[in-house]
Amino acid sequence: MIRKTVLVLASAGLLAVGTPLWADDSMPPAPYAWRQLEDPAKEAKARDLMATLRCLVCQSQSILDSDAQIAGDMRSQVRERIAAGEDPEAIRQWLIQRYGDYVSYEPTLSASTWPLFAAPAALMLLAVVLLRRRFTGGSAGQGENA
Amino acid sequence: MLAEIGLGALWLAASLAGLQLLAGSFGLTKGGEGLAGIVRPVAIMQGVLVALAFAALIMVFVTTDLSVKLVAENSHSAKPLIYKIAGAWGNHEGSMLLWVTVMGLAGAFVALVERRLPENTMLATLAGQAFVSLGFYAFLLFASNPFVRMSPVPDEGAGLNPLLQDPGLAFHPPTLYVGYVGLSIAFSFAIGALVTRQVGPDFARAMRPWVLGAWVFLTMGITAGSYWAYYVLGWGGWWFWDPVENASLMPWLAATALLHSCGVLAARNALRAWTVMLGVVAFSMSMVGTFLVRSGILTSVHAFAVDPKRGSFILILLAIYIGGALTLFALRAATVTEGERFAITSREGALVFNNVMLSSILGITLLGTLYPLVTEAMGLKVSVGPPYFNPTSALFAMPMFVVLMVGPLLRWRRDRMARVGWVVALPLGLTLAGVVVGYAMGVRHVLPLLALAIAPGVVVASVLPLRGRNLLRAPLSLWGMVVAHLGLGVALFGMGCDSAFTAERLVALRVGEQSQVGPWSVRLDSVSPVAGPNWTAMEGVLKVRYANGAAQTITPHSRSFWVPPQTMAVSALLTRWNGQLYTVLGEETDGKVGTGRWQLRLWWKPFVPMIWLGGLLVALGGALALLSRVMQDLKRRTARTKGDERRARVAQLEQA
Repeated sequence: MIRKTVLVLASAGLLAVGTPLWADDSMPPAPYAWRQLEDPAKEAKARDLMATLRCLVCQSQSILDSDAQIAGDMRSQVRERIAAGEDPEAIRQWLIQRYGDYVSYEPTLSASTWPLFAAPAALMLLAVVLLRRRFTGGSAGQGENA
Repeated sequence: MLAEIGLGALWLAASLAGLQLLAGSFGLTKGGEGLAGIVRPVAIMQGVLVALAFAALIMVFVTTDLSVKLVAENSHSAKPLIYKIAGAWGNHEGSMLLWVTVMGLAGAFVALVERRLPENTMLATLAGQAFVSLGFYAFLLFASNPFVRMSPVPDEGAGLNPLLQDPGLAFHPPTLYVGYVGLSIAFSFAIGALVTRQVGPDFARAMRPWVLGAWVFLTMGITAGSYWAYYVLGWGGWWFWDPVENASLMPWLAATALLHSCGVLAARNALRAWTVMLGVVAFSMSMVGTFLVRSGILTSVHAFAVDPKRGSFILILLAIYIGGALTLFALRAATVTEGERFAITSREGALVFNNVMLSSILGITLLGTLYPLVTEAMGLKVSVGPPYFNPTSALFAMPMFVVLMVGPLLRWRRDRMARVGWVVALPLGLTLAGVVVGYAMGVRHVLPLLALAIAPGVVVASVLPLRGRNLLRAPLSLWGMVVAHLGLGVALFGMGCDSAFTAERLVALRVGEQSQVGPWSVRLDSVSPVAGPNWTAMEGVLKVRYANGAAQTITPHSRSFWVPPQTMAVSALLTRWNGQLYTVLGEETDGKVGTGRWQLRLWWKPFVPMIWLGGLLVALGGALALLSRVMQDLKRRTARTKGDERRARVAQLEQA
């Protein structure tokens, strides 16, 4: 039942970006939407994962920062699965399979995202080269930008 | 009538900007010198007129003149006065008018007080400022006219987004815009200097106060915006790496780098081309930010209404201004030599390191912000969020903070680490100790641990430049640097504490029941309806107690606005010296009045206010430095006037 709601809401939400943040819904919230896990270690694990999952109907908010019903449903899903002993990364993969890469704030290295990972490395390299050229040999970098 | 006056003033201001551009350009040519004299007065008049247009817009909002479409769509007669005024810029058209107003006033201010630049560079600068303004006037008049009338006149306005009905709206956008758009001065200065090929220490000294001023406002605007988001969104987050936030962070990063390279250029006549480049980049980032926020390419609370025509309009403006400026830079950079050389262990060396790191963070932020837009255009939706931005920016920020501990102690040109070695050992040692202590306290995540370790080092290192000095005699600009760096350390400490030590409690309480979060006990005393000017609310009365201290009362609301109909939680915060208690009242769980339990979200956030306190200290440091520069300039001016008078008298006596 809950899963179905999640799916319906998700597809509707993805189509109609710009729905109010606090869309009203008469469905009661999912069991763990507003309840923490008893075990603090598991709750912390769930928290760390939830902070990196995107609320699909909000603007740039994680499901941890959202009042939207779907975010509550997803929080509940995550907590229940963590409580059942599932690995956080496995839960992330499961969510990505359902909703696509969009749901995860943590880009994974793939054919379409490699520039995100190459950029810091390239910038680092560039910084080293620039600093070296600037500071080794008096005339090597004459007239160049630092 | 007021709306027509406003529109008329806006058209006049736009025409004056055209005149300013023409006169400024011809004033630089042979035979056109006659026009040079009118450029300053025209710039001032343009500023006055655009301010008049802005005042007219505020007046139509204050009087809720519903025949003006913008008012009808965004305001409501029952709104409190402060939100009627602030609501004038809480929408697309109004905020663009604020943008142009700040730009016009900045140009007028430069025309009025700037006397240091050579006159021809000044002409080119004001022409550049007018050139940029013109594009945005055109955008306003043709694609975002705030003064359009509508008929039939509706009986009541549509109201303002409740999220925006907050005192934050009165302060955050104006301060942010003054900073954002104030950077246009640095941009125009850079253009002026490139056109006339006059880049040197004098140019840097003239530009520095303007950059400082814009940077102070930008810092305050970002800090205020962060705190506003923190308490209004109701989840205790204070920075989301939202594209809109990044849009304000990117100009700040560039301006921070510019500020430091300006110092090198002013003191040592080095980094000439680089400084000019940063001047161009800083305001370019403001324009990119405006494009991201105003084009509707992002949907967020900042985007207001979405209209594709506007997006392409701003994109064309971007191409003209950024493309043009960079082309000019490419053409002229070769003639602006890099200037003096220096060793890596020197003040300049540390500042170059700071510049390279800040630019790298800027690069990462720009890429991470634009990348999802690019892939979405290719049909693939990805999210780039905190898990990407936090570590990649820290990769460059943390080494920068370590260099910050050393750099201010180094001498210009060439220094030896051995000379400052024992002093620097203190903050560096503190940092290492911090890692151990943090780990022992159970902080396991890398970034909070690093932040908590580096923060005390930065705090201590920031005051080291004052050592051995008479504190009252130390130059104000030195104090400025000390306070700003101290602020960075303080903010970093707050950030580390927030992510490492926040305690969270989500509970559903019946009236009379009690819960615990961190050292606080919280009892739900009552929940009752209350009413405000344009909302009704359920008010929770919480009796809270820190450790075994006295009970205090705080009252979070769950507030329902009538127009537009929307419910939002209004958090209640309690600040102590060592942190903040953050409470939010949610829905009633069982739905039955009186028997139900109420959702409460409670957080104890140790030292979290340090984040914004630090931000304010950074801004204060900038303000002190600005004050010192302005006072120096005034002193120089009075000295010169006095000297001129004396010379004149001597000449008179000799003639007699």
